[in-house]
Amino acid sequence: MPKLSAILTLSSSLILGIGGVWIAYNVDMLPVSASMNAPVYDELYRVLFIIGCILFIGMTALVIYSLIQFRRRPGETGDGIDLEGNISLEIFWTAVPAIVVLFVGLYSYDIYDRMGGMQPLMHDHNGQMGNQTERVWGGIGSGPIETTYSNNSSPLAIELTAMQFAFIFHYPKGDIISGELHVPLGKEVSLKMESKDVIHAFWVPQFRLKQDVIPGQPTILNFTPTKAGNFPIVCAELCGPYHGGMRSNVIVDEQEDFDNWLRENSKETI
Amino acid sequence: MTISLKPSNTPPEKLQPTGWLRYLSFSLDHKVIGLQYLVCGFLFYLIGGSLAGAIRIELISPLSDFMPREVYNQVLTLHGTIMIFLWIVPVVNGAFGNYLIPFYVGARDMAFPRLNAVAFWLIPPSGLMLITSYFINGAAQSGWTAYPPLSITTPAAGQIIWILSVLLLGGSSIFGGINFIATILKLRRPGLKLMQLPMYCWAMLGTSILVVLSTPVLAGTLILLSFDIVAHTGFFNPSLGGNVIVYQHLFWFYSHPAVYIMVLPAFGLVSEILPIHSRKPLFGYTTMVFSIMGIVVLGLVVWAHHMFTSGTPPWMRLFFTIATAFIAVPTGIKFFNWVATLWGGKISLNSAMLFSCGFIINFVLGGITGVALAQVPFDVHVHDTYFVVAHFHYIVYGGSVFVIFSSIYHWFPKFTGKMLNENLGRFHFIITFIGFNLCFAPQHWLGLNGMPRRVAEYDPQFQLINQISSLGALLMALSTLPFLWNVVRSILYGDNAGDNPWNALTPEWLTSSPPPVENWVGEAPLVLEPYGYGRRDSNESQEQKK
Ligand code: HEM
Ligand SMILES: [Cu+2]
Ligand SMILES: [Cu+2]
Repeated sequence: MPKLSAILTLSSSLILGIGGVWIAYNVDMLPVSASMNAPVYDELYRVLFIIGCILFIGMTALVIYSLIQFRRRPGETGDGIDLEGNISLEIFWTAVPAIVVLFVGLYSYDIYDRMGGMQPLMHDHNGQMGNQTERVWGGIGSGPIETTYSNNSSPLAIELTAMQFAFIFHYPKGDIISGELHVPLGKEVSLKMESKDVIHAFWVPQFRLKQDVIPGQPTILNFTPTKAGNFPIVCAELCGPYHGGMRSNVIVDEQEDFDNWLRENSKETI
Repeated sequence: MTISLKPSNTPPEKLQPTGWLRYLSFSLDHKVIGLQYLVCGFLFYLIGGSLAGAIRIELISPLSDFMPREVYNQVLTLHGTIMIFLWIVPVVNGAFGNYLIPFYVGARDMAFPRLNAVAFWLIPPSGLMLITSYFINGAAQSGWTAYPPLSITTPAAGQIIWILSVLLLGGSSIFGGINFIATILKLRRPGLKLMQLPMYCWAMLGTSILVVLSTPVLAGTLILLSFDIVAHTGFFNPSLGGNVIVYQHLFWFYSHPAVYIMVLPAFGLVSEILPIHSRKPLFGYTTMVFSIMGIVVLGLVVWAHHMFTSGTPPWMRLFFTIATAFIAVPTGIKFFNWVATLWGGKISLNSAMLFSCGFIINFVLGGITGVALAQVPFDVHVHDTYFVVAHFHYIVYGGSVFVIFSSIYHWFPKFTGKMLNENLGRFHFIITFIGFNLCFAPQHWLGLNGMPRRVAEYDPQFQLINQISSLGALLMALSTLPFLWNVVRSILYGDNAGDNPWNALTPEWLTSSPPPVENWVGEAPLVLEPYGYGRRDSNESQEQKK
């Protein structure tokens, strides 16, 4: 009997593990990935999803199994077994979650680092370092990720001013003001953001990046688009009645198209 | 209405009205106060639920077409505030705490009965004040979080009334917390040790510590915010040199512990219900106690996980990631212990049991998404989206509200001496469980794919999923009907319950149902093994006591 139950336990945990991995690889719940940051994010997401599926299905199965197996049959009286605790079991289910959590924490730290979260703030606007004179707070991805693309030049600096209920982008290079964000494919962009009124948030789901845009406190967000196309910019912080309508677009163009756009719209010749 | 003012040695019942009128009086009886909390909380739940219905109706279509946008934000703010401060917090703490804690410690009442009555009577007026603000000049529009500068720039009247009522409710909560701590530590029957108390006492002790430590911070913060609004000071107003991030730190220093104030007592209630209906001792009493206290300590140092996109510095993000993720360890212990409590039992699949097991399943999912949200790189994508909405509804609805229903099915015979109808109860459970999951599970997908929270209009690609979610909400609303009918029907002509229909060992069942004013005729029983199921000797000694 103990042997049988050991085999059963082992095989059901095996099925559970494989099932969890299978679900995580076959149920796709994320939008397209369009920035250098996104595949790294999706990797973390997948690991969390695997662990989550295993835990959730396992616990649910345990509860339902117990309810069926140990249900009171008609006519049955009396109590269950007198079992108050089991030290080794309790140590086991303290240690295992602790290890899982520790693993997840270290792994997400690694992801965070690869996204540039631990980089010192770099914000190169016209050659001056941002945090000399004013304090700037960084979003994740505020430093460059190990770049396969542009190892040549400094990031493209763009300023974002948010207000109820619009995003206004300003390109210092060419002095362009635009309601939509135009960026070249494969080049690192550095957004310096500040709000004129209340807190807003700059979010591009396909980039997997979000940063609050705060009044009185500039924040920066760096990213490198990896897919040409049109993606939504969404305000993600309640900012008033038209919060739901506070949206814009980021238009990722090939470098040439972007250069053309820049040339056509700039106030001064560059 | 009689109000007893002078402290007297005569038993308070002489000064109190009797019959149903005492539920409308300034009664000092902890059982009356407990039921006052419960019924009052449920009425507010119905109001908060109607507001949720309005939100889900608005979200059936991608356009803002059901109500004006300002009204949508007011409805959203009222919904959150009512559900948290007028339903879950007062019911899991005030209602069950007041009813049960004196029984569990073997006392005839709470330590400070007058303070107790004051704490309850703060709630109806502040709740009504909050709701009437909608009809005066419009209610607050800045969400239950009231982040400045939005809360400073939206119409002041509604926001100020919101602040006042949250302050009063916070005061009520602090009074309650002090009372629970004093009762549990000081009113224990001689011979009863702390480690012999039923688990709900430990849950309430931990919760009350959180209440007393963190609620004053919220009060101070809101007072500063009200200065910014009425006196144009600049604490949080950036145009006057204030800092909006400081508000977020102070707010979440209270509001993360607040999530445990909503869920720790529910953990305690489940720990009482599971052993009785599976006829087994609570598994791992000592580890349960330590994990409650672990949650209390950790819960105080995780608040900044709500601020990962606020421009928090990297070291702070790391610290709060690790602290938050580690809460999963003591929480996990409790869940494994509950499953182990079921294991090898003789389980009655009644309504109380079903709602408790529904709670376990829902909360596990909410806990998993919680650990995911604690990871900074994961959170920057889904923060302030429907993913977070799904996460915390799995916790507060799938967790706390399921436990409240479970507890009502479990203790209704004690409250009234009548049984609730089990078939209606199981039907209620099935509709609630399906409706709840239909409503909130799809919202994970919405958040991951780009729908922010707190919006009245959205990208049309999300319409179908939102409609499914609204259908779930409709089921949840309908599921209240069999419950209400069950309660009314059972009070009028339910089966008599007898004193101890579940054959339970905890002290509240060792007296008549409903219990007499001072809880026991004669001396309070000394229950040293509240979970002694399956033990012949303890059952016998229990028999002898009767
Ligand atoms: C114990 C019961 C819990 C309750 C009542 C609860 C409730 C909430 C609520 C209300 C929010 C949203 C706050 C807002 O933005 O307005 C939230 C967010 C969050 N919860 Fe929980 N939660 C619980 C458990 C957990 C657990 C176990 C974890 C992790 C181990 C967790 C981690 C988080 C995180 C990281 C967020 C922030 C998400 C974001 O805003 O981006 N929660 N929780
Ligand atoms: Cu906005
Ligand atoms: Cu929190």
